[in-house]
Amino acid sequence: MIALIARELKLSLRHGADTVAALLFFVIAGTLFAFAVGPSPTVLAGIAAGVVWVCALLAALLPLDRLFGADFEDGTLDLLLLSGLPAYEIALAKAAVHWLTSGLPLLLITAPLAVMLRLPEAKLALLLLSLAPGTMILSLLGTLSAAVSLGARRAAVLMPLITLPLVIPALIFGTAVVTSDHPAAPLYMLGAILLAALPLAPLGAGAALRAAAE
Amino acid sequence: MLKGVAFALGSGGMLLLRGENGAGKSTLLRAIAGLTPLAAGALLWDNSPALADRAAHAARIAWLGHLDAVKPALTVAEHVPLAALKPVGLERFAALPARFLSAGQKRRLAIARVAASGRPLWLLDEPTTGLDAASVDRFAALCMAHRAAGGMIIASTHTPLDLPDMEVLAL
Repeated sequence: MIALIARELKLSLRHGADTVAALLFFVIAGTLFAFAVGPSPTVLAGIAAGVVWVCALLAALLPLDRLFGADFEDGTLDLLLLSGLPAYEIALAKAAVHWLTSGLPLLLITAPLAVMLRLPEAKLALLLLSLAPGTMILSLLGTLSAAVSLGARRAAVLMPLITLPLVIPALIFGTAVVTSDHPAAPLYMLGAILLAALPLAPLGAGAALRAAAE
Repeated sequence: MLKGVAFALGSGGMLLLRGENGAGKSTLLRAIAGLTPLAAGALLWDNSPALADRAAHAARIAWLGHLDAVKPALTVAEHVPLAALKPVGLERFAALPARFLSAGQKRRLAIARVAASGRPLWLLDEPTTGLDAASVDRFAALCMAHRAAGGMIIASTHTPLDLPDMEVLAL
């Protein structure tokens, strides 16, 4: 599984433009809000956490259709399923690679965007603390929907429609970590969602991969 | 899709699947690999159910589908060990990104991966598609070497492939 992650990371590195595109989308989408609601610091500060969360969510969707799509089209998926690794480990490896190439870079670039949106400095650490498990949940659920929509006509359209409703709970608790006066409780909930998604999403994705390969 | 298919293959054996388009050659190969579930019947390995342990069954199989599974962004040598390139005549292209390979060269790279896998059962779906005569000869030599070492091959093909002691299953 480590070998698979290393190989996928090497491939992602060769397609580095995909990661850069997601990051640019994240920054540009966030910036649009600043233009749309005006430069008032109080208004911006109020919506900053929600804007960053929604933009991160949408940006993380961008690379999902190639997550299994490329392997499905060029026959690599059959080889992966016959590699001796269980299907859920393949899905878990893909989710890890998605997080390392989308979630982690998004996390690193969040601070400047949040500051630009006038998020109070004291809240910045909370935002990053909520996005760390948040992006992992996104990667896991995104992997699940990427696997489920594999082989479907217009999979790229279907995938956000499956993923976005699934991440609503994470979005609610994630933004609550920043906006609530008691950040610990929603943070625990976020952790609970991550712990539930960690085994369940790869299991579901693995079953979907097997079904897609039939 | 397929009914009443029965065969047995011993160590060093080769089975050629013949049949018109859509006869179920690829489906049978996928079923043997465990990719497509069997609706009925049994697949045995050493007289015990082969698919009981999927991971163990997968580890027996080297798969060559009708797609080559060649990644355009990786170099030729990043797909297979260097030593595997010589038998398919690709050693000169080791450092070349795979996107510059022709269709036939990609097929040869996929064959090299099968040959380097060290797995006992090769499942080959139209292995010689796009290969020139010299490459077909090299492929035949790889098959014979694999069988001489006790390996087994099940292949579907339209093109004539002449290897000694071959069984043919018409679908």
